Amino acid sequence: MEAEDIKRATWRMAHEIIERNQGLEGVVLVGLQTGGVWLAADIASALNEIEGVEPPLGTLDVAFHRDDIGLRPLLPEAPTNIPFNLDGQAVVIVDDVLYTGRTIRAALDALNSYGRPRTVQLAVMVDRGHRELPIRPDFVGKNLPTRRDEMVDAHRDGIDLGEIVK
Amino acid sequence: MKHLLSINDLGAEGIDEVCRLADHFTEVSQRPIPKVPALRGKTVAMLFYEDSTRTRLSFEVAARRLSADVMGFSVSASSVNKGESVRDTVATVSAMGPDAIVVRHRSAGVPQQTAAWTDASVINAGDGWHEHPTQALLDCYTIRDRLGSVAGRRIVIVGDIKHSRVARSCVMAFTVLGAKVTLVAPPTLLPPEVGSWPVDISFSLDAVLSDCDVVYGLRVQKERQSEALLPSLREYTAQWGLTAARAARLHPDALVMHPGPVNRGVEIAPEVLDQPNATLNEQVRHGVAVRMAVLYLLLAADPDLRPEGAGT
Repeated sequence: MEAEDIKRATWRMAHEIIERNQGLEGVVLVGLQTGGVWLAADIASALNEIEGVEPPLGTLDVAFHRDDIGLRPLLPEAPTNIPFNLDGQAVVIVDDVLYTGRTIRAALDALNSYGRPRTVQLAVMVDRGHRELPIRPDFVGKNLPTRRDEMVDAHRDGIDLGEIVK
Repeated sequence: MKHLLSINDLGAEGIDEVCRLADHFTEVSQRPIPKVPALRGKTVAMLFYEDSTRTRLSFEVAARRLSADVMGFSVSASSVNKGESVRDTVATVSAMGPDAIVVRHRSAGVPQQTAAWTDASVINAGDGWHEHPTQALLDCYTIRDRLGSVAGRRIVIVGDIKHSRVARSCVMAFTVLGAKVTLVAPPTLLPPEVGSWPVDISFSLDAVLSDCDVVYGLRVQKERQSEALLPSLREYTAQWGLTAARAARLHPDALVMHPGPVNRGVEIAPEVLDQPNATLNEQVRHGVAVRMAVLYLLLAADPDLRPEGAGT
């Protein structure tokens, strides 16, 4: 995928978010640190261009909610900033790559601390499979079958696929 | 890092790491539900042989906000009153499997000894006149939050330096971060070894007031004043107290700090405590986030898994 494809996929997901929620009433975006933040910002500006409304945009680092604390070093990488109440809102979690689903589980756990959303949806640029939990995305840029030992990186300029160096 | 016994265990790099992590826990503390599951299943034991309000509460709140369980221990209601030694008490508490023991004792060195008697991580919550590392950490965090950094700041610490574990830990923390520290005290309340500390010494608060970024007042420890080192409290206030008149000569942005509990009108005048540049309540608030950071660093990650450059 090239930069143009990423942009088209971002716009398509923006349209799908509007369609699913019948507008942007009560829709808020939460980008996961660090990979999902650029995508959340891009979806938010696409939503703004389409609907003329910029939805509230937050960031979330899930380090303190992960289930593998103690198994590897887990220090938060970037700030969490959710300056709005989530009670009754439609929260769209945004991340770059969906893999095992454990990050999303941690994100769902963290969101509980900020209120009780009406609904939580998930938007990802890449779904690479290999889920370990019953989690599925609502909005997907691209489904990309991978091996477990591959590394996937999604950013504004495209998607990189690499081998994990062991 | 397994234990936090002294500020020296951290160094500049480690203090910075605690402060960066405390930023994240400050955010956690502002959530509608200020609690994360990071230390679920861990147990923190409180072993306080000395009176404490804020330090003990602060550690308990910090542990609970991380979802750790807290084992309380109060000397007045324990077998210590039946003559049990510290060593046996530590062994008893350890046998119940805590992951961390937070120790306060009137004698210097008890936390270091405790570390040798248990498999748990030991955190020094104040030992005698020796050290109080988490107090110094929250003070560094408060200065960093208000003034941007500790490095290059001119910090005046005034009061009973000799009997103050807070002063010892703060001097180490502030100077290792690159602050310029001046101690102000009556000659009788300076420790004999102060000549080897990397600080300036003055006997006059008036001489250094107009030229500093932080005035840090220490508590006059009435309970440690058996040696008659001060003529009277009124004499102390006249010479070394931060009165309203003295506070008026401070730079408008200069901070007024104090580790608490404060003797109102002795170390600092009541009206000065109410000024916006007095940070006493902020220090207490930051104490929770900083202690969450310390507990998380000690208990959340296997020490072998710590990333490069993240302290010892």
